[in-house]
Amino acid sequence: MTAKIEAKNLVKIYGDDTGKALELFNQGKDRSEILAETGLTLGVAGVNFEVAEGEMFVLIGLSGSGKSTLLRCINGLLMPTSGSLLIDGEPVENMEEKELRRLRGEKISMVFQHFAILPNRTIIDNVAFGLELRGVEREQRRAKAGEALDSVGLGDWKNKMPQELSGGMKQRVGLARALVMDSDILLMDEPFGALDALIRAEMQEELVTLQREIKKTVVFVTHDLDEALRLGDRIAIMRDGAIEQIGTADEILAEPANEYVEKFLTGIDVSKILDAASISKWPPETIRDTESVSVALHRMKRADTDYLFVTGARRKLAGFITREDLIPASRQKGAGIKDFIRNADTIQGDTIMRDVYPVLRQAERALAVVDDVGRFLGVITHNTLVESLDERKGGDGIAEL
Amino acid sequence: MLNFSLPKLEIGAAIEWLVRWIIEHLSIIFDIIKNVLDTITGGFNDGLSAVPPIILILIFALLIWLVTSKTTALLSMVGLALVWNIGLWPQMLSSLVLVVISVIIALLIGIPVGILMTRSSKLEAAMRPVLDFMQTMPAFVYLIPAVMLFGIGVVPGIFATIIFAIPPPVRLTYLGITQVPEDMKEMAVAFGASDRQVLRKVELPLSMPSIMAGVNQCIMLGISMVVIASMIGAGGLGAEVMRSVNRLDLALGFESGLAIVILAMVLDRVSRNIGSGKVTPSGRIINRVKQWRKARLEAQEAEAATVSEEVKETEV
Repeated sequence: MTAKIEAKNLVKIYGDDTGKALELFNQGKDRSEILAETGLTLGVAGVNFEVAEGEMFVLIGLSGSGKSTLLRCINGLLMPTSGSLLIDGEPVENMEEKELRRLRGEKISMVFQHFAILPNRTIIDNVAFGLELRGVEREQRRAKAGEALDSVGLGDWKNKMPQELSGGMKQRVGLARALVMDSDILLMDEPFGALDALIRAEMQEELVTLQREIKKTVVFVTHDLDEALRLGDRIAIMRDGAIEQIGTADEILAEPANEYVEKFLTGIDVSKILDAASISKWPPETIRDTESVSVALHRMKRADTDYLFVTGARRKLAGFITREDLIPASRQKGAGIKDFIRNADTIQGDTIMRDVYPVLRQAERALAVVDDVGRFLGVITHNTLVESLDERKGGDGIAEL
Repeated sequence: MLNFSLPKLEIGAAIEWLVRWIIEHLSIIFDIIKNVLDTITGGFNDGLSAVPPIILILIFALLIWLVTSKTTALLSMVGLALVWNIGLWPQMLSSLVLVVISVIIALLIGIPVGILMTRSSKLEAAMRPVLDFMQTMPAFVYLIPAVMLFGIGVVPGIFATIIFAIPPPVRLTYLGITQVPEDMKEMAVAFGASDRQVLRKVELPLSMPSIMAGVNQCIMLGISMVVIASMIGAGGLGAEVMRSVNRLDLALGFESGLAIVILAMVLDRVSRNIGSGKVTPSGRIINRVKQWRKARLEAQEAEAATVSEEVKETEV
């Protein structure tokens, strides 16, 4: 069986006259030597990988490691300098302009870090953009775009303008715009990188759920280790344009291929020392169980979130409420939130971090940290985990790599 | 020893030779252009003059209301009525025709050139000094080749006005398109857009404010050429200004100057509002028509649905 995506000795050097730089690369010179001698940047340095159909493949590395460059070679936004990139066995680098456009318009869709939502179009027309380029009739493409918006939970926002949306919502629009194309392959370029921690965790969760359903071949670029471990069926760790190791999360954690990968992963080891209470963060907004629905909705809006933790007397955790549950009741005057409180996933404050991890994986949303009498201490999301590691390690560890 | 003299470079003579050569060999082309433009301007002038001023003022006011607002329309109406009152209505019409035709031609050439400059850095580099030249060369100088090519009248006035007014739309179109964020263009390409689709669906819509600023500037420069163009017989309000200067007639000078100002302000407010994205009465009317249509469609569908249900019921 041929792989959905396959890269063979893929090299990308930026610039027009790359002959000499390529020669130097073939002689085994590294990125800085090539830059010094030719002034050209080596983006991707001889990469080999295969992505199977339906797989979520994560490219991770620090900024400048070539992961976004590699991603753009897959849909031909960038052309490889040498080597080959095959989609369903077809080499992208040999395609004519017309074939390339068909590839991008029908087989591969992309989600961007900074959303790239056109500010002059309504949400639904943004989602329908790709279909419009494909030449689909207006009514038909609007109907499809409407369905896609429903599937990402923005059905009520069809005719709004982009500036009315929060960052998280904009990226849902970006996702809907890619999904509506019904293409086999989804390229995601740090899609959650510009979102804040709570929203990011939520979007990751939704992507996992969605992927279970749609089973696209996804290539996902991130610089967030935790995101990579959480989402990737397989992960490729990149450095200076080359892939240092490819494997499942378990394989990489158990057997780092070299010192660089080991150092990249060191953050995880701190997890044996820290406990849940020390890494938890107080959420931007919480709410008392005696408040009304309209106050709750207002606070969610202010905090740019879809849910709030609810506390009762003496800061005891009551659970959480979601926007989804509240909206139907928002017309009712003076409705309280009491009836809408759901049970939250909780964890004891003195649980050590290594043990927080599996619970967090199971959690539907953020984890609420409580003490032994059930008082609310804060939340842990997938991002607080990594952030706290960064803080504690200071100049060491991930930041230094 | 040191007082040897360099021969003078005959730049002026060379240009003169070039223009004369063009006249000698290409005069047919210029005659055709002249005849076409003469017919068009003459036609517009005659047509507009045939309408009684009061009706024309009301029509203008209505058009202005459609693209701007009630206040602008009312003020424009007062201004235009004032021009009529001081007896400069026909002159204003001929100036308006001169400006509008010059601007339309300038935009038809300028905007595509601006777009092409974003596609070719060589063209951009070549155009930059040309545009500088066109903008800084005193406008009077264009009158000389204009007269040599087209003789006396409105057409050389249009020619000189186009050259003088074309740089802003070129520059602002170029600027607007180059300022469209790279990630928007990349997005369009990643979704399978061709170069033309990127231009039509991303670059032009996103650079509309800048392009419209260019259109506005083009109109303003066109109006400022009205007086200068009258020196070669373009007529209109400029001719009145020239006459008042020759006679030191302050009253006529002020009145005709005021008429130019009114014309300029009206055209400025109109062109500034188009494409600014502001809600205008015409926009509201279009929206209302759309809503009405949608409502009618929905009503029809609902009717069709009930009919089909009735059919089902009878079948059952």
